[in-house]
Amino acid sequence: MSVPLEHDYIGLSDASRSSESSNISSDQNEPNNVFNLKATELSLGLPGFSKNVGATTKNFMLGAKRGFADVSGKWVLKGGSEAQLGVNGGFEKSQTLTPDVKPVEDKKKGSGNENGSAQPSAKAQVVGWPPIRSFRKNTMAANSSKNADVTEGSLAAGGCLFVKVSMDGAPYLRKIDLKTNHNYAELSKALEKMFSCFTLGNGVKGREGLSESNLKDLLHGSECVLTYEDKDGDWMLVGDVPWEMFIDSCKRLRIMKGSEAIGLAPRSTEKCKNKI
Amino acid sequence: MDLDQKRSRSVDRVDSVDPDSSESTRTCPFPDEVLEPVLSLIDSHKDRSSVSLVCKDWYHAERWSRRHVFIGNCYSVSLEIVAGRFPKIRSVTLKGKPRFSDFNLVPEDWGADVHPWLSVLAEAYPFLEELRLKRMAVSDESLEFLATNFTEFKALSLLSCDGFSMEGLKAIATHCRNLTELDIQENGIDDLGGDWLSCFPETLTTLQVLNFASLNSEVSFNALEKLVTRCKSLRVLKVNRNINLDQLQKLLLWAPQLTELGTGSFTQDLVTRPVADLETTFGNCKNLLTISGLWDINSVYLPIIYPACVGLSFLNLSCAALRSFELAMVLMHCKSVRRLWVLDNVGDAGLEAVGSWCPLLEELRVFPADPFDQEEVAGVTESGLISVSQGCPKLHYILYFCHQMTNAAVATVVQNCPGFTHFRLCIMNLGQPDYLTNEPMDEAFGAVVRTCPNLQRLAVSGLLTDLTFEYIGKYAKNLEILSVAFAGSSDLGLKYVLGGCPRLRKLEIRDCPFGNAALLSGLTKYESMRSLWMSACNLTMNGCRVLAKEMPRLNVEVMKDEDSEDSQAHKVYIYRTVAGPRRDAPPFVLTL
Repeated sequence: MSVPLEHDYIGLSDASRSSESSNISSDQNEPNNVFNLKATELSLGLPGFSKNVGATTKNFMLGAKRGFADVSGKWVLKGGSEAQLGVNGGFEKSQTLTPDVKPVEDKKKGSGNENGSAQPSAKAQVVGWPPIRSFRKNTMAANSSKNADVTEGSLAAGGCLFVKVSMDGAPYLRKIDLKTNHNYAELSKALEKMFSCFTLGNGVKGREGLSESNLKDLLHGSECVLTYEDKDGDWMLVGDVPWEMFIDSCKRLRIMKGSEAIGLAPRSTEKCKNKI
Repeated sequence: MDLDQKRSRSVDRVDSVDPDSSESTRTCPFPDEVLEPVLSLIDSHKDRSSVSLVCKDWYHAERWSRRHVFIGNCYSVSLEIVAGRFPKIRSVTLKGKPRFSDFNLVPEDWGADVHPWLSVLAEAYPFLEELRLKRMAVSDESLEFLATNFTEFKALSLLSCDGFSMEGLKAIATHCRNLTELDIQENGIDDLGGDWLSCFPETLTTLQVLNFASLNSEVSFNALEKLVTRCKSLRVLKVNRNINLDQLQKLLLWAPQLTELGTGSFTQDLVTRPVADLETTFGNCKNLLTISGLWDINSVYLPIIYPACVGLSFLNLSCAALRSFELAMVLMHCKSVRRLWVLDNVGDAGLEAVGSWCPLLEELRVFPADPFDQEEVAGVTESGLISVSQGCPKLHYILYFCHQMTNAAVATVVQNCPGFTHFRLCIMNLGQPDYLTNEPMDEAFGAVVRTCPNLQRLAVSGLLTDLTFEYIGKYAKNLEILSVAFAGSSDLGLKYVLGGCPRLRKLEIRDCPFGNAALLSGLTKYESMRSLWMSACNLTMNGCRVLAKEMPRLNVEVMKDEDSEDSQAHKVYIYRTVAGPRRDAPPFVLTL
């Protein structure tokens, strides 16, 4: 889930400040003239705060203003500067967010008051919102960080993991992004699509709801064995280890065919049947 | 025995009662030895309260027969008063901090320290057996005191407490010879090492409940296995994430009698035994009603739990990041599930599966996997909730975190399930209106309170005007707990609620434009409530002082912080009490 900002090669100067708010950054990616107009507009709220209606997060601001219109001025303006202190890295979904919320409390006593002027990323800045117990936040953060750890070592660019796939007998290799697949079933589908022109074997077409065993049936029939080269340089059978561990250690894939596959397949299918 | 003497006396008394005499000339028709055993069967503290109000005889019979006392606010009463009234307590439940402390809104060192209570408990009830604490500050010294001063101590439950570490648990494990229950849940503590589990003596065989799922520290599996082996009455076992599948397999072999199981990590780097073994073991646990934990579980390992799903009543998947098809896979086996907790990665598709496969569902909680998700691509929407309501007519408890909602959707949901008792909707974007019509969410909650006469608990969110509160005040006759955040337009909102809702007990409000006039409109109501919390509203010190002056039996506490002006009352906590102002208030808490 990369943010548009990362691909902004123009590098608008305000792009860095927009780390506070993903939605504001999307505004600032608009043509310059629009942005400049907005910059000169007089408005209540924080600098860079956009009044566009459309995105749901903008709605809340307008809507909130409607709701608080008749309330004293301090509601809208108070702590305007405080909000800007905000949480650094509003994009980050790792567990660093959790501790960030706590120090925010010291700075932003009136954080809740900024509803009228708060930015869309306010939910990262407002203490105690959403109302989730720290225990649960820590659990979920640990979940997402665990997933992040697995792929950290092997990331080429943010959010993708391309490995070469060779198939015996094919005239050229392919590359596949392991991260776009979440389990062996999806990998199998993707490989099937990729190499269908080279006819993998019988019964490939029309298979739905592939599970791990299906992948092996598919590619480990008498004709094919799917193997991968791991970090240590060894060639391993695909499917033995949990998915996360697999994508962590997989350096390249190889679809072995024909004579080389003999002797490997029967044992592998047996193993996979036991698993499911 | 005392009782025999009483009995012989009463026989005479009963005979001498003239059956023709009018009711008014009869004294108490039930002798104590009849009344006390009868009353001892009454567990609900609300019922016992009613019983104690009937007449003096019943008051005394009730207080002598009470074994468990429930104190919903530790500052509402002093232990001296409790001990004076109830001489034979064996079990105490104590709740401390306001609920918003769970969300970091209450400063540290606010109070609710259990230690002063323990000191008096040791004198008043040396044979105390059970202590259940919620949102209390519990230190290691307190735990050690507890472990060493109460020889009959059996059951300790700590929910959402803080201040202790593994050292305190070591003391409990070491000294409580008759321990039946150790239940540690969702506490904010530092898991600083220390293998407390190994401190259980070899002689301890009485354990029935062991829950350390929320503790991160490593425990000795050897000690755990031996413990599980020798505690034949163990019915609840919830381990932490460090326990892997192999170890779980061993534990389940020793404890097939479990009714509640919390697993550890449900995936493994090296598959050291065929997974079929674990599946069979799960099949042998015929009494399982609850499964939780299931960290890191994925579609490969899900089938292991299928044999246990058949009789399952509560499935807690809130630590398992399942996707929609994975949830569907498991729910197909869970036809009798009544309570389901999930993360929102399951998406609307997952909730459709809930609606399809769980006709007996009564409670659903959907937690956000990524609460600070800026992109809002994941999660559930209104259509997921509608699907559930269509397939689960018995649904009466919902906790739903989402990014978007519509008035029409909520109206549909409550039409499908008018029996809601708990309706907690959290639209995570602040002040978010109906995303289709752009209107406030007033009509949604209006529909809820109009359609659900049994509504006891309500949490509102989204863009809300005073109209929401007008509806609530007018229609929510049974409402007991109301949570409000970033809502309302003026004082009227709060006035409506305080003017209606006859059963209101707990009201917690944050970041709403309610001022002194609204606060004071509820003057007479607060004594019938447990507590009121208002933070980041429009209250001033003067307004609070007026309230404090008019209502001496309320504690009106204002929490000061450096940033807000002196005249502002930034955080206000008001509660009824017979114990007078707090004696342990920290400097930033002013009792007016």
